[in-house]
Amino acid sequence: MDDFVLRALAAGCGIALMAGPLGSFVVWRRMAYFGDTLAHSALLGVALGFLLGVNPLVGVVGVCVALALALVGLQRHRALASDTVLGILSHSSLSLGLVAIAFLETLRVDLISYLFGDILSVTPADLAWIYGGGAVALGGLVLLWRRLLAVTVDEDLARVEGMPVEALRLAFMLLIALVIAAAMKIVGILLITSLLIIPAAAARRFSRTPEMMAGLASVFGMAAVLGGLYASLTWDLPGGPSVVVAAAALFLASAVVPVRS
Amino acid sequence: MRLGGRVILDRVDLQVRPGEIVTLIGPNGAGKTTLVRAVLGLVRTASGTVGKRPGLRIGYMPQRLTVDATLPLTVRRFLALWRPVTADRVEAALAEAGVAHLAGSPVQNVSGGELQRVLLARALLGDPDLLVLDEPDQAVDVHGQAELFGRIETLRRTHGCGVLLVSHDLHTVMARTDRVLCLNRHVCCHGTPEDVRRHPEYRSLFGGHADDLAVYVHHHDHAHAANGTVVQGHDGDCCHG
Repeated sequence: MDDFVLRALAAGCGIALMAGPLGSFVVWRRMAYFGDTLAHSALLGVALGFLLGVNPLVGVVGVCVALALALVGLQRHRALASDTVLGILSHSSLSLGLVAIAFLETLRVDLISYLFGDILSVTPADLAWIYGGGAVALGGLVLLWRRLLAVTVDEDLARVEGMPVEALRLAFMLLIALVIAAAMKIVGILLITSLLIIPAAAARRFSRTPEMMAGLASVFGMAAVLGGLYASLTWDLPGGPSVVVAAAALFLASAVVPVRS
Repeated sequence: MRLGGRVILDRVDLQVRPGEIVTLIGPNGAGKTTLVRAVLGLVRTASGTVGKRPGLRIGYMPQRLTVDATLPLTVRRFLALWRPVTADRVEAALAEAGVAHLAGSPVQNVSGGELQRVLLARALLGDPDLLVLDEPDQAVDVHGQAELFGRIETLRRTHGCGVLLVSHDLHTVMARTDRVLCLNRHVCCHGTPEDVRRHPEYRSLFGGHADDLAVYVHHHDHAHAANGTVVQGHDGDCCHG
């Protein structure tokens, strides 16, 4: 097998591994649209990263955190429904990113690869980012696991029990931002959310505990990466979309498999 | 206390002592839930204080709880989320609340009355000094209410905790409570259940339900202006636990 294929496999499986548990939380907390909004803002982060001469991944995490903070602030006002706020931020940040990249004349960016990913051009440096970021994200998740679950079940109860609800919410957004920064190059910013939520949704029916759902979601995600990559190499299909199609097929299959209750 | 610029509660003085059951009653919009949220520290008071004994542990039983169907969570696991507890303590709390048989059920599958008791078990796990129960009679039928209140009364004796209860139906609560605070944006009247039942303001609020026709005048701790606002009353807004 060629090196680039091995790197693609390693990168895809690394992303799927961290997307499983985090994606489960996105599903439980009904934050799919929020994840999409963060992902869309990532392009602006790339542009800012180039502009400021720092690693684009740092720019992505920075912009995601700024957006998460802005969202928390805007949601506190409740003048607009949160899906409206998300819709405004999602599309304006994506457009702002596209405009910013157009302004950077010296910069030659392969826009399509940022939007839809380019899993077959993963470099060893990308792999280091994915596994480094993944270790941080999963470690943080393990540390906060019980309290994040409590906040997901009921914020008022968590607050009465003395949990720092706002801080936990922010920490969760940070973890999502990390995953987006790491996964951007693999599946592209338009498709990242699908890797978070589709494997988790497929895992729900077979899970009796939150941990089981998180683990199964990782396994399903890796299976989608394998299937998608295989299809991509066999029929010369775009990598990111093939992985998402494979995940969707897995989800459909999971919905019809009978489960003993 | 203000919410969104509106005065929700004014001049409320409330104390709950250990081992005592205090019931808040009042019509919808009277500010019962707001007062409870202030005691719990979920909303801030515009003026006044909520004083708590240092280290006071509060066990909160909310009106309802909706857990997203996508979260696979058993009752047992639900109880273990809020603090590090041993499996034995979880089972004991469930048994004490009378729902030991539900330990392995998904928390989304239990009925309204069962969920109330699961939430009671959850509150007990914190070994509370003060139990705060927000309308525990809402999701339960009359038989279930009597059962639940009997259980709460037992608990305050075995645990020695104070109980702050919110209710809109005085009849089920009356026999079980030590003191009643009747709220309608301010404290209308308070005292023993008997006192409150005979109070003219209580009777005008719950006219149809007051079953005792003898008019009894008891001391009034504030006067009312023509528009119904309190013109003279307690000198501070404070709650003690």
